[in-house]
Amino acid sequence: MNAIPASAALQAAPAAPPRPGRDRRDARADRWFRRVLAATVAVVLLALASAALSMLWGGREALQSQGLGFFLSADWNPVENRYGALAPIAGTLATAFVAMALAVPLSFGIAVFLTEVAPRWVRGPVGSAIELLAAIPSIIYGMWGLFVLVPVMTAHVTPWLNAHLGTLPGVGLLFRGPPLGIGVLTAGLVLAIMVVPFITAVMREVFLTVPARLKESAHALGATRWEVCRDVVLPYTRSAVIGGIFLGLGRALGETMAVAFVVGNSVRLTPSLLEPGTTIAALIANDFGEATQTYRSALLLLGFVLFAVTFVVLALARLMLARLARREGA
Amino acid sequence: MTVSALRLAPFLLAAALAATGCQPASDGTPPADAGTGPAGATRISGAGASFVYPLMSRWSADYNAATGHQVNYQSIGSSGGIAQVKQGTVDFGSSDKPLSAAELAEAGLGQFPSAIGGVVPVVNLQGLAPGELRLTGPLLADIFLGKVRAWDDPALVALNPGVALPASPISVVHRSDGSGTSFNFTNYLSKVSADWKAQVGEGTSVAWPLGVGGKGNEGVASYVQQIDGSIGYVELAYALQNAMPYASMQNADGRFVEPGAESFAAAARTADWTSASEFDLVITNAPGPDAWPIAATNFILVPKAADPARTRATLDFFRWAFASGTEQASELHYVPLPPELVAQVEAYWASGFGYE
Repeated sequence: MNAIPASAALQAAPAAPPRPGRDRRDARADRWFRRVLAATVAVVLLALASAALSMLWGGREALQSQGLGFFLSADWNPVENRYGALAPIAGTLATAFVAMALAVPLSFGIAVFLTEVAPRWVRGPVGSAIELLAAIPSIIYGMWGLFVLVPVMTAHVTPWLNAHLGTLPGVGLLFRGPPLGIGVLTAGLVLAIMVVPFITAVMREVFLTVPARLKESAHALGATRWEVCRDVVLPYTRSAVIGGIFLGLGRALGETMAVAFVVGNSVRLTPSLLEPGTTIAALIANDFGEATQTYRSALLLLGFVLFAVTFVVLALARLMLARLARREGA
Repeated sequence: MTVSALRLAPFLLAAALAATGCQPASDGTPPADAGTGPAGATRISGAGASFVYPLMSRWSADYNAATGHQVNYQSIGSSGGIAQVKQGTVDFGSSDKPLSAAELAEAGLGQFPSAIGGVVPVVNLQGLAPGELRLTGPLLADIFLGKVRAWDDPALVALNPGVALPASPISVVHRSDGSGTSFNFTNYLSKVSADWKAQVGEGTSVAWPLGVGGKGNEGVASYVQQIDGSIGYVELAYALQNAMPYASMQNADGRFVEPGAESFAAAARTADWTSASEFDLVITNAPGPDAWPIAATNFILVPKAADPARTRATLDFFRWAFASGTEQASELHYVPLPPELVAQVEAYWASGFGYE
């Protein structure tokens, strides 16, 4: 007799009923959220692919008429429709290399100063001032380069380099040129200043993440400030620092207007840093407006080459970072 | 707000934005029909060479004040102007380089000159007055070819006995971007120097043998002003505005002339317009004792088969410009077309477009 009421009681008081509507709505919301995120990624990838492919498609006429000579010849002659892009490609790499050679030590010094050496009240204002450099439009850099830097280079730097370094065997080839302040070196200098805030910001952020305990232990063992930077801070932050450097390199490769003002815009291949040259971006910016048919196709192909060069550089950066991470056992 | 209203909100917002965005085309784009504005005022658009942009701006402002009709000109370069007028997206195009009669026939365009200007070699040498330095065409070509490298070269010294030329190297400045100015300059050098014609040729963009490239007339002017011992070429307006010493040139008749409105007008007058079909004539190296050798013409291209009302509106504007716009042209350092040439252009309108 007692069992029946007990089982009835058990049956009469089941667990709290499920709320199927709410759960199903949540699952649907989750699915849509995932789809929207996937869509945003797809849009970005689509934009990237369409930009690259449209430039390649526009450049097919030049590729067909010039063949591999487009990448190997330095003869750029719009009148006779001969396009050899070696000069702008070499100029892009040269200006980017000069810019990085100047910017990386400078950024490293600024970052170390701001994180290790400077008194605390200096760090805020100086850090903000460096970041302000990144906000200046690139055409302002071009104007500043043309009206301020070029006269200084013409009057003081270029003659000095010509006289003292131009006479050395071998290396002297790099520093022999006319007494103009316009050229690959000046463009590299302007690019270095433009690129410093990016690299400095990354380095500064990442130097601050080094555990104080590591640095204090090193100091306690008698290490100087420089030894702490070289043996504790840098190895700890190596991957991020290299990432920051390649961020700056990406900007230096693609910079257009600042370079177009000071690089001299001469589509000729020279070994000297003091001679005028050109870069891919500056050449396209200068000539795209008036270019017709084959010339426009050659410029589009050149744009694709810049795309490819930037892609290769970033891929190298990733490879290097992956190898470093593997070596560190991460 | 209920849950469903919250969900609908972004879609409603997007729909509202789309609705406000669908406005009729503003003044900047050419309308599909014969654009009429308020009270029958017409709206025409043109595009092309940057050389005449200041002049077109001024003419269109004064034309609007005088008649109420609107003219919109976009300075996108000669080849852009030619491309757009061929496609029919603008009512007229403007180019510093004339199209040949064959090209015009193929594209169904008419062509006539609008204004005259000139290219002027400018130098940066200490203590030189404007016009004091004398150059000949072949010598200028040799300088830009790199054959004459120093200011005290015997050829230069022989031509300028009274001028103290320094022993410094010549720095050549040219245009880095494609331009009609470069076209007229290289066209002239090709006419006077067989070496230049063989080695470099003519065009809006050429493979310059040496020198640095400045972007636009402003770029060349600023480089020449900054670099000691440099030589470049700019439109006259830039040389005058920046007070730069220019060179006198020897013209086809053998006389040395200084650049200016008079010598440009002389070149336009003595150039052989009557034998040029469809005005296909580059007036560099024009004959005549007072002609400036590197004069340049800007050409207007109008489609022959367009809507007659728009063609009429376009030619009305240019008739007004030739009749009442000459003062503005002179103020802006352009040379208005000489009266004989204007008469020839108007006869061309009558025969080619049926326009009175």
